Amino acid sequence: MLRMASSFPEEVLEHVFSFIYDDKDRNAISMVCKSWYEIERWCRRRIFVGNCYAVSPPMVIRRFPEVRSVELKGKPHFADFNLVPEGWGGYVYPWIAAMATAYPWLEEIRLKRMVVTDEALELIAKSFKNFKVLVLSSCEGFSTDGLAAIAANCRNLKELDLRESEVDDLSGHWLSHFPDSYTSLVSLNISCLGSEVSFSALERLVGRCPNLRTLRLNRAVPLDRLANILCRAPQLVELGTGTYSAELQPDVFSSLAGAFSGCKELRSLSGFWDAVPGYLPAIYPICPSLTSLNLSYATIQSTDLTKLVSQCQSLQRLWVLDYIEDIGLEALAAFCKDLRELRVFPSEPFAQEPNVSLTEQGLVSVSEGCPKLHSVLYFCRQMTNDALATIARNRPNMTRFRLCIIEPRAPDYITLQPLDDGFGAIVEHCKDLQRLSMAGLLTDRVFEHIGNHAKKLEMLSVAFAGDSDLGLHHVLSGCENLRKLEIRDCPFGDKALLVNAAKLETMRSLWMSSCSVSFGACKLLGQKIPRLNVEVMDERGPPGSRPESCPVEKLYIYRTVAGPRFDMPGFVWTMDEDSALRLS
Amino acid sequence: MQLVLGGGGGVKTSSMSTVSGEGNTAMSSEDSSSPDEAELELGLGLSLGGFKAQQTAVKTKYARILTAKDLPSGVSTSSSCTSSSSSTLSRANATAGTKRSADSVSAPNGASSQVVGWPPIRAYRMNSMVNQAKSVATEEYNSVIGKNKNNTAVLDKTNNGSNMNSNNFKVRTSFFVKVNMDGIAIGRKVDLNASGCYEALAQTLEDMFLRPIPTINAMRSSAPEHNLMVDATRCPKLLDGSSEFVLTYEDKEGDWMLVGDVPWGMFLSSVKRLRIMRRSEATGLAPRLQERNGRQRSKLI
Repeated sequence: MLRMASSFPEEVLEHVFSFIYDDKDRNAISMVCKSWYEIERWCRRRIFVGNCYAVSPPMVIRRFPEVRSVELKGKPHFADFNLVPEGWGGYVYPWIAAMATAYPWLEEIRLKRMVVTDEALELIAKSFKNFKVLVLSSCEGFSTDGLAAIAANCRNLKELDLRESEVDDLSGHWLSHFPDSYTSLVSLNISCLGSEVSFSALERLVGRCPNLRTLRLNRAVPLDRLANILCRAPQLVELGTGTYSAELQPDVFSSLAGAFSGCKELRSLSGFWDAVPGYLPAIYPICPSLTSLNLSYATIQSTDLTKLVSQCQSLQRLWVLDYIEDIGLEALAAFCKDLRELRVFPSEPFAQEPNVSLTEQGLVSVSEGCPKLHSVLYFCRQMTNDALATIARNRPNMTRFRLCIIEPRAPDYITLQPLDDGFGAIVEHCKDLQRLSMAGLLTDRVFEHIGNHAKKLEMLSVAFAGDSDLGLHHVLSGCENLRKLEIRDCPFGDKALLVNAAKLETMRSLWMSSCSVSFGACKLLGQKIPRLNVEVMDERGPPGSRPESCPVEKLYIYRTVAGPRFDMPGFVWTMDEDSALRLS
Repeated sequence: MQLVLGGGGGVKTSSMSTVSGEGNTAMSSEDSSSPDEAELELGLGLSLGGFKAQQTAVKTKYARILTAKDLPSGVSTSSSCTSSSSSTLSRANATAGTKRSADSVSAPNGASSQVVGWPPIRAYRMNSMVNQAKSVATEEYNSVIGKNKNNTAVLDKTNNGSNMNSNNFKVRTSFFVKVNMDGIAIGRKVDLNASGCYEALAQTLEDMFLRPIPTINAMRSSAPEHNLMVDATRCPKLLDGSSEFVLTYEDKEGDWMLVGDVPWGMFLSSVKRLRIMRRSEATGLAPRLQERNGRQRSKLI
């Protein structure tokens, strides 16, 4: 029986492995024995690199020579909130350049929070003959010229998704670079683009691509052109409208309503910029079959929102502004029993006084009425421990819970106590919680609860919380599955970090900004643990020009097998053995 | 042994006081320090490669950004300055999207204070909200507002009068635009809504690009020098005309214009990005500006 592993020919094992897609499973297979490692690495087709600096392109290519699909993530999550200065890094070009020669048959590239240049896009366009999927999520650094290159050259392109990227929008002309012979489009998301694309080019493109199932238009597409587009693509499954506003005209309305009715497969809607209530009824006919609705750019009030959601009995995902108010959320709880994900964004995040009647009660209602609810992002202005405890008891199946109370350090507004117990209840009851963002007034006690109970927690976001290093210590020592930890404006210093230094190698990354971690501690970490990159960001100048005990502005620690990176801007320093010598 | 002073305790203080309402009274958020803690640091601190600090203390002369106001373009300039007159360096710094330490500042006029990156809303979403506020100033707006007025009147529970317009995204949202400076490879981003007027914007940009790196030495260097630095940075130098740089912006039509020429609000609605240009390269702009203003004037009703 010892020889069983070698009794199967390679081809058989390879065939078996081809049914295994999940990265974790693939990694497990590769660790069984050397020959399985070898077989597996030759047949791995898809790789995911959660931190582009954790490994280098040559290392990846050396191990996996036959990759068809690559996913990379660059900047830390807090870059979304402008906490990572421009020029920090996350450049994709070195990856594209390396893959251009190594993976000529590459089909898919998915990037998140990376800097993508036109040169990179042009290189993609001409290097990969069978290129099919390009997803640029929250990326930046490229212009519509780069898109033109993709459109013109990628004959087999199926998916072009620019979600929430920052594009230097020179003109809408790039869309016309898709040749007339190009018909393979399946998914197009240009919702982040500002300028107008040629509507006739768009309509012709849509009309000649029979497999088109996802179309997310940008704001510049006016409402009166939507019907024409829909009529050419009645097979659409996901639609993002352009501006959803126009003067109320019966003929425009009726053709729009007719067009929507014709889209029998439509399951997901988004867009709705500047939405006018008068045109909402046009989508009523398809509401019962909708599973996903993104109204988070729609400035419509709770009456209309309530009427709308009440008809969406199949709804699984809802993103909406707080205009929905508690009353709308009650309706959601009553009618949308299949709801799994809810995100409520603030309409006026900087207003001092609440502008809408959205409170903790809305979330409690939804937690009561929707048994499948497991993913929540909720911006509000008040919360109580009781409400959180109720939500926790109602929804032990919660896996992602992100709460933001607009005012930092806001206590339970009734008892004026910290919200420690409320979040404690969340982590106690929701045993499968993977992601948590906390809010309000929080002491070290909440971290004790988290350390004790949140055993499946993978990502934690903390702001304006805690009293001392003990808080951080609880998390680092207790959360066995923690991969990403991001902290801002908390009184956490050196002790917890240094005591739990080994933990950092088991995580993807740690971000700390406006805390009390000293330069000395950073140096120590960088020196002692070689497979960590300890990056200090400080716009006041070199950390060495200040005392060792001086706290650093921002700290980003991540594990890596690629060593320190060399593309850092002037305000980022890596703490490692060499730099420690240089700086002293 | 070189003693590098002042940084430690002060920084700690400033990074803790982030709750709204606590104003930052120091000249610059990075350099604030209470004297007592600074004394402590004196005893314990050792300089580590402080040569950079020396350099910056010496570097007193620095370029200034010009805007259209400085140039004899003959076009009237106006800047509705909505930021309070007591707005200090630290306010401009802390809220100008420059990713410095997330200090809160007490904003004037009772507006909610703005901590960098708070509330945690994606920049993409913020910009969309701002753009919605701008696009709302079109004729469609009027028909919409009529309907919404009815709606909010019916629903009104907590809305007070000033908030009844649901489409009215307050200008207090952030509006980040990219800024590049000739000769500097890496661009930055600045929040125009945090500036509020041309003076504040120019000040912010001067701090970002032209100010020498403010280390503690800037604070503790000889008093006259120190005052020079403070005074120099306090009053925006738009009125001199002696700078080698000019502030320009690219508008929605792709033209590069001198900043400061049109009313602030109009500037906000047409600016796409900024560039701090060498004066020598900007000479072509003024005539074009006048000609374009001619065009613009005829476009305006």
